[in-house]
Amino acid sequence: MDKILAIIIANLITNNYILFKFMGLCPFLGVSKETKPAISMGAAVIFVLILSCLMTWALYSYVLLPYHIEYMRTVVFILVIAASVQFIEMVILKISPALYKALGIYLPLITTNCVVLGVAVINTDDFFIAGKPIVGSFGYSILQALFAGLGFMLMLLLMSGIRERLELADVPESMDGLPIAFIIASIMGFAFMGFLGLKI
Amino acid sequence: MKKLWYEFVKGIFRENPIFFIVLGLCPTLAVSTSVNNAIGMGLAATFVLVCSNAFISMIRNFIPDKIRIPCYIVVIAAFVSIVEMVMKAYAPALDRALGVYVPLIVVNCIILGRAEAFASKNTVVSSIADGLGMGLGFTLALLIISTIRETLGAGKLAGLSISNTFEPAIILSLAPGALLILGLIMGGIKWIKSSRL
Repeated sequence: MDKILAIIIANLITNNYILFKFMGLCPFLGVSKETKPAISMGAAVIFVLILSCLMTWALYSYVLLPYHIEYMRTVVFILVIAASVQFIEMVILKISPALYKALGIYLPLITTNCVVLGVAVINTDDFFIAGKPIVGSFGYSILQALFAGLGFMLMLLLMSGIRERLELADVPESMDGLPIAFIIASIMGFAFMGFLGLKI
Repeated sequence: MKKLWYEFVKGIFRENPIFFIVLGLCPTLAVSTSVNNAIGMGLAATFVLVCSNAFISMIRNFIPDKIRIPCYIVVIAAFVSIVEMVMKAYAPALDRALGVYVPLIVVNCIILGRAEAFASKNTVVSSIADGLGMGLGFTLALLIISTIRETLGAGKLAGLSISNTFEPAIILSLAPGALLILGLIMGGIKWIKSSRL
């Protein structure tokens, strides 16, 4: 139980993938200008994260480990992620063309979102010891994927809210655009570091 | 020859991947806590960039247009795996320091971006020049950020203490400090550019 809570809090707040691990910074800066696309992007990333985590966990523990080809991890994982993104694209197009249109270009770009590969690799580092999955490893992996995605969505939402207000602010000309976005992100990071005292 | 020199130099200054095109931020910010890590990451990414650029440009006429992106990713992932294994064998301390960011070189947008924008259209030699220039530009940017962060945040340079009386501002070597420094550097570059014109 403690471990579950620890994973939830670390992924959501104290070890947030965007602010503290810098993964997924490109969509964080690119899609955070308005609130609505930010939510759809977050939902799509959560979906891809969970699906790719299921598949990479299964492949790692049933194929790569038994045949001792762990060094193929990077190649296999990135292929699985690219395939699952393609698969989700097709499914969404079939089920709901409206949602497909709303997500637009962001959907294929999830392949090169560092969060997805990052969580898959970190799962194999965290929940496997000496080539064997620890007890409850599968559940922990899925939990980590879910809350990494929720943490990503939370940051995207906060950032888009701030940037919508920023449109009306008078920013110095040379700081306008990306520089001020970086500085806002860093101030958010300082604020979120206040949660570091939260130990379980 | 002149054209080759042009391809090489453009990546270092005018089209610097970090400061001007703003690609590949995740490894830049994460490993720039010390100069040693920055050089290690810069050289690893440069190696992958040069090799994947050369290889993709070699096979560019055989890759079917529709599945070119997965092909590029597999080539890049193969070279990243080589780097990973070499680093584990010969520089285990660096491998531990860089951690998960070594496999993440695969999703470094600079590498896929150069494969798609340059190597798929140009000859092998100019692709190598382009990869080398972009890689060195990336390393240079990492070096600048990490020098600022290590001297001000830890009071050290490449692991050596610089002064006994200086009290470092630890906040700069923590994660949000990286975002702050990058934001200030990019604002500064924009300011210099606009005041010259």
